[in-house]
Amino acid sequence: MSNSSTLWSDAIYRLTRNKAAMFGAFILLILIACAALAPWIAPYSYSFQDLELGASPPSAAHILGTDVLGRDLLSRILYGARISLLVGFVATGVALVIGVSWGIIAGYAGGKVDSIMMRIVDVLYGLPFIIFIILLMVIFGRNLWLLFGAIGAVEWLTMARIVRGQVMGLKNQEFVMAAKAMGVSNFSMFRKHLLPNILGPIAVYATLTIPQVMLLEGFLSFLGLGIQPPMSSWGTLIKDGVESMEEYSWLLIYPGITFTITLFALNFFGDGLRDALDPKTTDN
Amino acid sequence: MLNIFIRRLLLAIPVLLAVASLTFFLIKLAPGGPFDADKAVSPQVLKNLNEAYNLDASEWEQYVDYMSGILRGDFGPSFRFPGRSVSEMIATGLPVTFELAFYAILIALLIGVSSGVLAALKRNTYLDFIPMAIAMIGICVPTFLMGPLLVLIFGINLEVLPVSGWGQLPGDKILPSITLGFAYAAYIARLSRGGMLEVLNQDFIRTARAKGLTERNVVIKHAMQGGLIPVVSFLGPAIAGLLAGSFVVETIFQIPGLGRFYVEAAFNRDYTMILGTTIFFSAMIVFFNLLSDLAAMWLNPRSRDIS
Repeated sequence: MSNSSTLWSDAIYRLTRNKAAMFGAFILLILIACAALAPWIAPYSYSFQDLELGASPPSAAHILGTDVLGRDLLSRILYGARISLLVGFVATGVALVIGVSWGIIAGYAGGKVDSIMMRIVDVLYGLPFIIFIILLMVIFGRNLWLLFGAIGAVEWLTMARIVRGQVMGLKNQEFVMAAKAMGVSNFSMFRKHLLPNILGPIAVYATLTIPQVMLLEGFLSFLGLGIQPPMSSWGTLIKDGVESMEEYSWLLIYPGITFTITLFALNFFGDGLRDALDPKTTDN
Repeated sequence: MLNIFIRRLLLAIPVLLAVASLTFFLIKLAPGGPFDADKAVSPQVLKNLNEAYNLDASEWEQYVDYMSGILRGDFGPSFRFPGRSVSEMIATGLPVTFELAFYAILIALLIGVSSGVLAALKRNTYLDFIPMAIAMIGICVPTFLMGPLLVLIFGINLEVLPVSGWGQLPGDKILPSITLGFAYAAYIARLSRGGMLEVLNQDFIRTARAKGLTERNVVIKHAMQGGLIPVVSFLGPAIAGLLAGSFVVETIFQIPGLGRFYVEAAFNRDYTMILGTTIFFSAMIVFFNLLSDLAAMWLNPRSRDIS
């Protein structure tokens, strides 16, 4: 590796100087660590019930209080983080795979193939996808993997558009033409020449997709159509909190704060990443 | 203009047809018949029911029957509420949802545009930072959290507004409308700030100022027309989001609108109701997207010339 400043080292330099983005990254690292270590750091098991205690406000034994069944809220938030973050990352991954492949193929092929593929994206954009997710959940049961797939299948559209635009720009550059002239196969063209050059926008958009996906999961779980008990995500915790908020407001407030802070952190980090990788857009 | 409108309208027809067919056959894949009840039903009753609802016909016949029904505005009977048709339920729920969405978008536009334009004009002052910070909160606090929090504060603790209902108590429309509108106010504020900043740097604004127009006239007559195009293009997709938001808001505030009917139908596995509302929602969203695209095109002189 040379010591000259590459796009990435430049971007990292700019990113580390952005306080809001660094703060977001810090919060995210803590959350991911908490989610990963939940079985070891959670004070109680997520299903442990102290029925005699019932719902109790925050105290020394239960820092964030307990729910109606006497379950420790902090532990449930920690375990919920696993599901919420898992959905956020996996569904974004699904969207990434579909969107990037779709965009690369459309952009690289150009012509008729491109216009048909992008017309499909345009049409899908105009449809109420949330309804189709609900439809799928109703028909095929509320299954975690289906949830990943369904959310991912909805969120890939913008990614496809972004990637296609980037590939269109790259396609006519000399290095791509040279590679083509040397007889590089389509697959290695995508993997070795195109993909590395569009990683920046992909990374930015992926980071900004995660909060969207988490919101969608929360929305479905809130309606009772997402994560099913005994599993719990932050969405289901908020749903439970709403049901008993009149008497036990902490059951709504703490999961709500956790969820909101996470979304803040992801948005700050994503915005920071965008500014770092593409200084032109900093003004917005 | 008219050409584009007609072309887009013609494109919408096969799209809606595809959506309707896809939904129809997806629903047929669903496990369990519509009359699988907890209590066993005698075979004769089941046969009569199937006959009454035309379920003994071949799927193809049912499909043709259903599609021709839709063209007449008939979405078939509800499987869960005997004697009520899906069209009837849409007709009772739709005005409520429309009213809610209308207030929400009104609130969103009033707050969003005014704070966004103000933020752009007073760039890098507190009048910029504070509304934009609030907008960030609006984007990060989901509707399903915002609604309950507002209820907790204004309905339960301060006891100034009703906690649920629609049109039964004075002021019961305020909280649902704010809940639904807030996130959009936030997006619109960001969009109009961005759009205005872009326009305010352009030559024609400098010209307008140079010829001595008042700042008020520069902003309202010259800058806003171009600066708010992003907001107008956003309104179409926002309708789809408002619809999803109405599912949550109508559930939280127990509002008898189409959104709540849909969620209930999803829970009750009322397949005809799900089918009918899905097709209806899709048609509505395709239509509103078309409208907002046209409005944005009309506002932008460059694309007006091309057509």
